[in-house]
Amino acid sequence: MENFPLVLIISSIVKILIIVHLLLIGVMLMIWAERRVSGWMQDRLGPNRVGPQGLLQPVADGLKFLFKEDLIPDHVDKPLYVMAPAMLLVPALVAVAVVPFGSSITVLGHEIPLQIADINIGILYILAITSLGVYGVVLGAWASNNKYSLLGGLRSSAQMISYELTLGLAIIGVLMLTSSLSLRTIAVQQGAYPWQWNFLIHFPAFLAFTTAMFAETNRLPFDLAEAEQELVAGYHTEYSSMKFAMFFMAEYMNMIVGSAVTVTLFLGGWHFFGLENMGGPVWSGLISFGIFFVKTAIFLFVFIWVRWTLPRFRYDQLMNFGWKFLLPVALTSIVVTGTLWITTNSRLIVGIGNVVSAFIVVSIVAGLLVMRAPKPAIQDSDTQLTPTALDAIE
Amino acid sequence: MNAEQILFILFGAVSLIGAIAVISFRHPIYSALSLIVTFFAQAGLFVLLGAHFVAAVQVIVYAGAIMVLFLFVIMLLNLGTLSVKGAIGGKLKGLAIILGILFAAEGIYIAVNALNDTAVASAESAASSVTTSTYDIGELLFSKYLLPFEVTSLILLAALIGVIVLVKRDGQEEN
Repeated sequence: MENFPLVLIISSIVKILIIVHLLLIGVMLMIWAERRVSGWMQDRLGPNRVGPQGLLQPVADGLKFLFKEDLIPDHVDKPLYVMAPAMLLVPALVAVAVVPFGSSITVLGHEIPLQIADINIGILYILAITSLGVYGVVLGAWASNNKYSLLGGLRSSAQMISYELTLGLAIIGVLMLTSSLSLRTIAVQQGAYPWQWNFLIHFPAFLAFTTAMFAETNRLPFDLAEAEQELVAGYHTEYSSMKFAMFFMAEYMNMIVGSAVTVTLFLGGWHFFGLENMGGPVWSGLISFGIFFVKTAIFLFVFIWVRWTLPRFRYDQLMNFGWKFLLPVALTSIVVTGTLWITTNSRLIVGIGNVVSAFIVVSIVAGLLVMRAPKPAIQDSDTQLTPTALDAIE
Repeated sequence: MNAEQILFILFGAVSLIGAIAVISFRHPIYSALSLIVTFFAQAGLFVLLGAHFVAAVQVIVYAGAIMVLFLFVIMLLNLGTLSVKGAIGGKLKGLAIILGILFAAEGIYIAVNALNDTAVASAESAASSVTTSTYDIGELLFSKYLLPFEVTSLILLAALIGVIVLVKRDGQEEN
C-alpha cells in the first residue's frame, strides 16, 4: 500500500477530473435536451435564444440559481435542511467511479483502463451507493417541516425500497452467466455483436431493470415524490436557489449513471461490431469511449421520451406494478436462467426460456388479479352520467 | 505508519464518534443518522480487511434498507425529542450499570489480550487464512454451509409470510 506507482495516482486523478466534468456537462446537456425534446414532442420550440440552438440556456439557468437569494425558511430543521441536497448529490457523483467508459488507452507506454476503479464487487458498489440516494430525499422532506414535503418523502422512500428489490434481483441472471461482479468483466464478456449482448439473453430482466431504474431516479411515470398536481413540488417544495438546483442536478446525474450502468450490464458496454478494436492503442480507446458515450446518450433520450409520453402512475398502481409484476418477473428470470444454463449451457435456450417464462408469469399474475378483483360497489365511472344523476349531485 | 493504519484509525474514530452520537442526540432522527455513519465506517473497516463483499452488503442491507425503514417509522410517528431522565430512572438503572460494567470488563479484557503479541499474531494469521473473495463466499455457502443457508432462507420466508398474515386485518378485505 505504501508505494503506489506514480502513474496510477496521476492517471486516476486525471480520470476523476475528466469524468466528473463530463458528468456536470452531461447534466447541463440533459437539461437542455429535455426542454428541447419536450418542445419538439409538443410541437413547440423550447429554449432557443441563449447561444446556438439555445445550448447555453443551462448556463444562464445556473447563473440565475447562483444569484438567487438562498432562502432558509424559519420553520425548518436547519442542519438537515442544508445537508439534504448534498446527501443526494454525493451518491450520484461517486457511483460513477466503477463504470467502465471504454477499453483502455496507451499513453507513454502505460496502458490505462478507461475506468476510475475496477473493483471486483463493482455492481454491488453501484447498488450500495444508489440505495443511499433516498436519504437526501427523505431527510430533505422531513427537515422542510411541511406536510406536502413529508408526503413526498414518504412516498419516495416506500417506492425506492420496493423497486430496489427488482433492481437487485434483475441483474442476478446476468451475474450468473458472467460469474463476475466486476463491471469491466461483464462488459468484456458480452462480445462485439448486438446479438451477443445481455439484453437479448435476459430480455425480461432487462425490461424489469430499466423500469426499476426509472423508479429509482424518480422520473415520470414514477415521480410520485414530486407530483406537482398533488404535492406542490413534493420533497423540494421548501428549497430555493442553488439547493434546489442540487436536487435537480442529482436527478439528472442519477439518470446518466443509471444509463451508463444499463449500457454496461445489458447493451454490450463499449462494443459495437468490432469498431472498438480499430486504430492503434490510442484510437481504439477513444473510439470505444465514443461508442459508450453514444449508447448512453441514446438511452438518455429514452428517458426523456418516456417522460413526455407516459402519464404518472396512481400510488396503488405503482405498488401493485412493482410487487406483483416486476418482482415475479425478476425472480422467474433467476430461476429460469439458472436451471436452463446448467442443463443446456446454451445462451440461445436461456434467452428463449426467459422470454417464454416471463410471458407465462405475467399472464398468470394478470389472470389472478382480474379473477380476484372485487366487483365495484358503485358502477365504473365510465358509465355515462345521465341528466338525472347530475341533478342528484346538484 | 502506513496508509492502511491511518485509514484504520480514521474509520475506527468515525465509527466510535458515530456510536456515541447515537446515544447522545436527543432527537431520534439524528440518532438514526449517526447510526448510518457508524455503519459506513464499519464498511470501511471491512474494506481494509479485504472483505469487499461484506462491506458492500453492510451498506446495502443496513445503511440502504434497514435504516430507511427506521427513518420511515420515526418520521411517520413524528417522535419529538425524548426526555432522557424518564427513561433511565427506576429499575432499569441497576440493569444498565451491571451491563455497562460487564461491557467495560469485556473491552478491557480484549485490550489487554491485544497487547500480548501472541494474541495479535494468532488473530492476524487467522484473518489471513480466511478467504474473503465473493467467489469463495459463494462456494462456501453452497457446499459447506448449504444446510444452514437453506434453513436460514426458510426461516426468513416464514417470517415474511407471518408478517403478511399478521398485517392483513381481514381475509375478505382485499384491495
